[in-house]
Amino acid sequence: MLEHYMQQGSSFASQIDGLVWMIFLMTTFWFLLVEGILFWLLWRFRARPGHQAVYLDDPAEHAFEVKWIEVPHRIILVCDVAVIIGAITVWSDVKLSAPAHDEVIRVVAQQWAWTFTHAGPDGKLDTADDIVTIDEMHVQVGKTYSYELGAKDVLHSFSVPVFRLKQDAIPGRVITGWFKPTLVGEFDVQCAEICGIGHGIMPARLYVETPEAHAAWLANPTHYLAYKF
Amino acid sequence: MAETHGHEAHGHDAHGHHEEGWFVKYFWSTDHKMIAKQYLLTGMLLGAVGAYFAYVFRMQLAFPNKPVPGYGLVTGADYNALVTNHGAIMIFWVAMPVLIAAFGNYLIPLMVGCDDMVFPRLNRLSYQIFLVSAIVLGASFFVQGGAFGGAWTSYPPLSAKAEYSLTSLGPTLWLAAVALEFVAFLLGGINFVTTAMNSRAPGMKAFDIPMAVWMIVIASILFMCSVGPLVAGAVMLMFDQQIGTGFFDPDRGGDPVLWQHLFWFFGHPEVYVVLLPALGFVAEIITTFSRKRLFAYRTVLYTTIGTGVLSFFVWAHHQFIAGIDPRMANVFSVTTVLISIPIAEMTFVYIATLFGGSISFRVPMLWALAFIAEFLMGGVTGIFLGASGADIYFHDTYFVVAHFHYTFFPIAIIGTFAGLTYWFPKMFGRHMNEAVNKVHFWVTIICFNGIFLPLFVLGAAGDHRRIFDYGNFPELSQPWMQDLRVFATVSLIVMLVVQPLFLVNFFYSMFKGKKAEANPWKANTLEWQCPSPPPHGNFSPLPEVYRGPYEYSAEGRADDFWPQNSPT
Repeated sequence: MLEHYMQQGSSFASQIDGLVWMIFLMTTFWFLLVEGILFWLLWRFRARPGHQAVYLDDPAEHAFEVKWIEVPHRIILVCDVAVIIGAITVWSDVKLSAPAHDEVIRVVAQQWAWTFTHAGPDGKLDTADDIVTIDEMHVQVGKTYSYELGAKDVLHSFSVPVFRLKQDAIPGRVITGWFKPTLVGEFDVQCAEICGIGHGIMPARLYVETPEAHAAWLANPTHYLAYKF
Repeated sequence: MAETHGHEAHGHDAHGHHEEGWFVKYFWSTDHKMIAKQYLLTGMLLGAVGAYFAYVFRMQLAFPNKPVPGYGLVTGADYNALVTNHGAIMIFWVAMPVLIAAFGNYLIPLMVGCDDMVFPRLNRLSYQIFLVSAIVLGASFFVQGGAFGGAWTSYPPLSAKAEYSLTSLGPTLWLAAVALEFVAFLLGGINFVTTAMNSRAPGMKAFDIPMAVWMIVIASILFMCSVGPLVAGAVMLMFDQQIGTGFFDPDRGGDPVLWQHLFWFFGHPEVYVVLLPALGFVAEIITTFSRKRLFAYRTVLYTTIGTGVLSFFVWAHHQFIAGIDPRMANVFSVTTVLISIPIAEMTFVYIATLFGGSISFRVPMLWALAFIAEFLMGGVTGIFLGASGADIYFHDTYFVVAHFHYTFFPIAIIGTFAGLTYWFPKMFGRHMNEAVNKVHFWVTIICFNGIFLPLFVLGAAGDHRRIFDYGNFPELSQPWMQDLRVFATVSLIVMLVVQPLFLVNFFYSMFKGKKAEANPWKANTLEWQCPSPPPHGNFSPLPEVYRGPYEYSAEGRADDFWPQNSPT
């Protein structure tokens, strides 16, 4: 369902979309069922001349109560357990696990720009060939990246919808996570936490490149703001 | 006041009442009904302000960077200030004063059968502090740098330093206003709980109390238990802003995430604080208009208390990706998803009440049924956000915005209209025009869905919150997405255009409407057993209670209702 609106660009995007799909099916079932019953009752028991409200007699009322409260209660509990298992599984894979990474990329947010420090041709961060770019991020498809996320001033949030990736950045801390791009293309990076008057103009571009294109960019990182140390 | 003193006090007050001047009657009154009306009108006025803000920023989203008629060009700073104060006003200065303070003040003494609140002067003070808080909030728009624009959640460091927010005084005034508002509601809450505990009419046992009273009392207790940490946090944040402390400043060993915990520890129970009164009104209305007992009264009460307790253990679901230990998300995901059980049970109970009833679709009933039908949408979409794995994508998108408007709009707007149309004859002794109210109902409900259904889709497509111009994001600039934004804005405008129908009807009927009898809906609860509008002192003599509040269509009776105070 989500993939209809937003392409799946990372290894865990389909997992998150699967969870959303499962929740969608369950909640749609309950929503339609309850709305259906509500509207049916409204039609069935509408006030008409000569009709009075009636109660079922007491033993039956108890049975009725069991039917209305106990049975849905248990089915909802089962649904809840399914949702919780799904949510925790996905969460663990995306946010708790840290698969072996090929490369580290450093992301620093500030009012109102993103600084990306790429490892450069040697694949290691904090060496002489690091490539620093502003508002432009280059990664290679199929490689597993670990990111180090920081902020200089206020809270920001590093959001890459196509990856289904979102993580707040907090000044004074470095938060790590991972992603593995699976789709070549050019995508949006958004700031997802209000960060002042320029919050709406804090986009960055993400370039997911084939190994050849990425190697070519590493060799010649042209961009109007790109520069080499 | 305790019943034993009731008659005596009533005598004195009634005597003093005749000598009251205009100022004392309208501005210095200790009468719970007058204070309720003060809260109501202040809340409605601020509701108009909040609605105007929504109009301005929705226009900016639909037609970016074009001057908005009635406002002008919306800058990034304006936009932030508008969304921040729209949220804050609608929750703190509309939902709370109207649902809890206005209806709580009006209904509790009438529904439990006493002459006034236990602490009438405390009550007056509560409104006055609330009024001051509204004035302080209004003042924040006129100081240098303009109003606060750091979102209603006010996350530091953005809210803590003028160099980041570019507003030096706005955030401090905003915080002061919020803190004052909380003081007002603490005073009010003390009154509600004490009055409901001590001033009940003789014979009214715990399970004879109408659900609306129970709900407001439980909401007040939840508010008292949750607000402390936030007030402490607000003072700390104010110190950070103005005297240079570093509670939330990471450069000096502070922790910005601490604020989020303090805020949401209050913020989530706060949702239930405003939800519960609305649920109470719905219970009163659906029983009256389906002529049935509330199905499983005790289940409603216990699930309400259960939901209230559970609501203190879910706050970090607002912070899944905020940089808390990610293992915490699992715990809070479990507690959050489990809230679905009591809320679903309550929904089933309300719907089951209709079974076998004789349902008449008067205007209050339409609003109450709309509450159930629409709130359900808010409930089921919450599961997407409570499930931590799915929240990674939905967090801070318009999906969240649509979700909480599907909870807050039913609560604050639909619940209020349900209550106002239901108790209007009691408050003013006259009827509103029902045909006009029906038109107003249908247009409002259809437009409400027209505003927020598209926002679910936009959120799923990646629209993030609080962004004043999507033109900077190629993925979000697709024409179909802009069409949906325009659709939502047009729906909002149509909805706002029909609101004067209600307002004119409201104020016209107050003076010129058809005269209402004491019990026009043939309801059981005590407020309908005194004259409309109730005189100073409410009841004479004070009532005695013989049965529960929902004895409709009892077997062997000619009438299909059975007032609580009727001896036979």
